[in-house]
Amino acid sequence: MKDVFKAQKITEGVYWVGAIDWGLRDFHGYATHRGSTYNAYLVLADKVALIDTVKAPFKDELLARVASVIDPKKISVIVSNHTEMDHTGCLPEVIEAVEPERVVASKNGAAALAQHFPATTGIEAVEDGATVSLGNRTLSFVETKMVHWPDSMLSYLVEEKLLFSQDAFGMHLATSELFGDNLPRALLEDEAAKYFANILMPLTSFITKTLEKVQALGLEFRIVAPDHGPIYRRDEEIQWIVGKYAEWCAQKPTMKAVVVYDTMWGSTERLARAISEGLKAGGAEPEVMPLRGCHRSDVATAVLGAGALVMGTPTLNGMMFPTVADVLTYLQGLKPQNKVGAAFGSYGWGPAGVKQVQEILGAMKVELVGDGLKVKYVPDEKDLEAAHALGLAVAEKLKAVCTKS
Amino acid sequence: MQRYVCDVCGWVYDPAVGDPDGGVEPGTAFEDVPEDWVCPECGAGKGEFSPEE
Repeated sequence: MKDVFKAQKITEGVYWVGAIDWGLRDFHGYATHRGSTYNAYLVLADKVALIDTVKAPFKDELLARVASVIDPKKISVIVSNHTEMDHTGCLPEVIEAVEPERVVASKNGAAALAQHFPATTGIEAVEDGATVSLGNRTLSFVETKMVHWPDSMLSYLVEEKLLFSQDAFGMHLATSELFGDNLPRALLEDEAAKYFANILMPLTSFITKTLEKVQALGLEFRIVAPDHGPIYRRDEEIQWIVGKYAEWCAQKPTMKAVVVYDTMWGSTERLARAISEGLKAGGAEPEVMPLRGCHRSDVATAVLGAGALVMGTPTLNGMMFPTVADVLTYLQGLKPQNKVGAAFGSYGWGPAGVKQVQEILGAMKVELVGDGLKVKYVPDEKDLEAAHALGLAVAEKLKAVCTKS
Repeated sequence: MQRYVCDVCGWVYDPAVGDPDGGVEPGTAFEDVPEDWVCPECGAGKGEFSPEE
């Protein structure tokens, strides 16, 4: 197997030994249209270290890649930067196969791993700022609580100025190309934005603190190696991705307005279309996302770059339509900031659906335009004009907030 | 009064300040904070807090 699955060199003494998940299309509710990778890294210094492992089914490939450059039993330290099972799925088996001297994780990581894998003992908690010596190389650890889990930490290979950034700066993109500089920038920006929107959006205060903490440490990054997606080894692209993270954390409003809806008989849809015309007429940039064709994770990505969220729902049995409830629950958890919005929809004999959407948007601290546009059964000319007017009003509000920010 | 740290994210509960948005008035000792209260930063439950050293 070691002649089939080979380690890929990143820089002197550092190899990628991960797995490409070409077929993955669902990552806990995030539609990974382009698959993903689970990146694990091998550091060949006087002592050998393995940084993270891979999702359970890919264990043999990981061990084969390691074996292509060194006997896996020579690994003396395994570092777990994050407990989530896309990176620890085969950790217990790898520990058993490799018999390392030490397995280290953050304090929360050691506790979380004990909960995930009660049969695996001996995992050592390392403090924020602790180091592990590999002889002629040093690994230093930076705790990054809630970026994006309580157990998360970064590992820094001091002499190579290489940051193993774990999920930070990562993206779900299956490709045999290891390096970002060999991939189209637009593709990277798309998938990096989607990753940020779906995984990191609610954590902007933690991310900002982490970026400040890392800056204060004065660490230079020659290479940034995340646990999903391509590796960054050029200054320009490292500056680019860090800059994007700062921009996405700021969540400044834009003139883009996302109109998300579902429809039972086409009425809520007609309202959505009229609203989007009003948005356009008012100078906003509408992106209309019918829920039967769009996935919640793509809606989240659109919301990241938008200034407004306009949600439309029919009323079914006195409730908002289930697909709308799905997306709203998802978005509510992602805590988008600085958004303007509105609710709308068609109803038969009780507009409870629109009221529920209005309430949730309010709870999400969306600045609401109007009280919710509610139309009985099928919209007539006046209703479509009201919808158009709502679009115009949202666009006006967007102009005001964009000028202020 | 004893301050408490959220083990999940590091947020500090200061009894002098309380968590008014979360329904906890200033001056509330941590022991008296309702059991269903959560960390305003990360949502962790009361059980994830430790006394600040």
